[in-house]
Amino acid sequence: MYFHSVTLDEEKCRGCTNCIKRCPTEAIRVRKGRARIIDERCIDCGECIRVCPQHAKKAITDPFDAIYTFRYRVAIPAPSFYGQFKPSVSRNRLLNALKRLGFDEVFEVARAAEIVSAATRKLLARPDVKKPLISSACPAVVRLIQVRFPSLIDNLLKLQSPMELAAEIAKSRKAAAGNLSPGEVGVFFITPCAAKVTSIKAPYEKQQSYVDGAISMREIYPRVLETLEKGCEDEDLEQAGYEGIRWADSGGEGLAIGTDRFLAVDGIHNVIAILEEIENERLEDVDFVEALACTGGCLGGPLTVENKYVARTRLKKHIEEAKQKGIPPDRQEKTEEELVWSGNIEYRPVMKLDEDLREAIKKLEALEQINRELPGLDCGACGAPSCRALAEDIVRGMANETDCIFKLRERVRNLAMQMAELEAKMPPVLDRNSNGSSKENVEVEGDEG
Amino acid sequence: MNFDSIKLQYEIPANNFTAAGEIVSSMKKVLSHLVINPAVIKRVAIAAYEGEMNAVIHAGGGSVEVTIDPDKITVKIADQGAGIPDLELAMQEGYSTAPEDIKQLGFGAGMGLPNMKENADVLDIDTRVGQGTTVVITVYIR
Repeated sequence: MYFHSVTLDEEKCRGCTNCIKRCPTEAIRVRKGRARIIDERCIDCGECIRVCPQHAKKAITDPFDAIYTFRYRVAIPAPSFYGQFKPSVSRNRLLNALKRLGFDEVFEVARAAEIVSAATRKLLARPDVKKPLISSACPAVVRLIQVRFPSLIDNLLKLQSPMELAAEIAKSRKAAAGNLSPGEVGVFFITPCAAKVTSIKAPYEKQQSYVDGAISMREIYPRVLETLEKGCEDEDLEQAGYEGIRWADSGGEGLAIGTDRFLAVDGIHNVIAILEEIENERLEDVDFVEALACTGGCLGGPLTVENKYVARTRLKKHIEEAKQKGIPPDRQEKTEEELVWSGNIEYRPVMKLDEDLREAIKKLEALEQINRELPGLDCGACGAPSCRALAEDIVRGMANETDCIFKLRERVRNLAMQMAELEAKMPPVLDRNSNGSSKENVEVEGDEG
Repeated sequence: MNFDSIKLQYEIPANNFTAAGEIVSSMKKVLSHLVINPAVIKRVAIAAYEGEMNAVIHAGGGSVEVTIDPDKITVKIADQGAGIPDLELAMQEGYSTAPEDIKQLGFGAGMGLPNMKENADVLDIDTRVGQGTTVVITVYIR
């Protein structure tokens, strides 16, 4: 029912508690020595991929060879792609190297990002828009809002993402040129993250994505390096200006809006804090919120190669060069109406205990009761991220109280005390100290827990 | 035990400007387990936040008791502060008795009580000068 890019490598997982503690939607439990992802809760943010010391969490992407199933192949690199390489390599050389890997065309997502920015500016100027408008560029943030901040669904920027727009432009251009049927054109996104893969395979904003596949930046990196070494004749493939390139970094989308009244937040836990502020109507003076699940924005994506801080410095060089080159003339823009989502997203109440409110209240009361009895250490040894999450699992019938090692110890201790007590009892015929009564002759110390 | 309703309790410490936000976050987390219209939860959260901030700013803290019934959510915020001498005046938008240093921090804009009134279905205020204030916010679920 749910497609997820983020999956577990069973062989590598040791069943430790690192991922369960960091998951922003409490979507992971450890069972039988392996992490299990609760599908309906996972938002594909990739936080677990980043924190897993065993590298047991992985993102499903398409193998490079998938491009050969199409007659005409288009690569659409995310802006973060430029930050992955040595500063001596120009953006144009990178685009040329990418093309030489087997693509017929390269179209920069950064260019589509500029079109989205222009449409966003127009949308923000409309009086009927709900503020603050929250960017939908990061699919993990959109899914987070869908499961945890339903009252903010109306604040989402419901315009196509730069990736979708890039694919649409590439495809419609080719179709207009004739001689190829739409099914023969394959558009591949060079992705820094898992969330984008999910948004291609299972889009929330429409029926089907324009993108045909996603290739991990990690997978394509060595191939690009190799091609760069060979050297290549350059054709001019740069279409994007500096504003589109800047989208790779946190704050880039906000800066392109051209207002001071924007807020940029990155890192999924920081994003949650800001969404709380918006939901409680405590964020005044802000018209636009750019929220990105990864620290450092897309440059910090789990499928990138370069350290995000290094990549940021490298990106600066490309931004500067693009600034000097100036914005190419005769640019086609699109109106906000042309970019608006064809579908809409709905609240997914993944935390609900029961459909029926009365039943849910009963279960919630039981949950609170169990939670009060647990030690409150949030150690994770039971396989749930916190004592409260264990209480929730118990109420759902997915766990037992003795899954808590402290509860188990308490039970064992009580049992041991009872055994000691029973062991000390002597049958009257053997008991030399007895004066005839079967009265207890051993005091057992300790509380009853 | 009465299984038809559930009570949650929180303490509001004095002069702690982040406590109200934390209480509201944990309240929302609890409420997410129930099938309640998000708009209702949002109204409860905003009204409760304002009430808690009032207790922080004016009354040296207090306590919160949230009761969830199948038809309504009730938030009772009680403090032992100075009380409100003129409630009618206090309900007016922009009227504030917050100290100057608090206002300079961007709080105490005189929107607390009006905001609570706007978000609550029923707002019940019991205040005694010198003894304290108890605010009961009711929001109906359906």
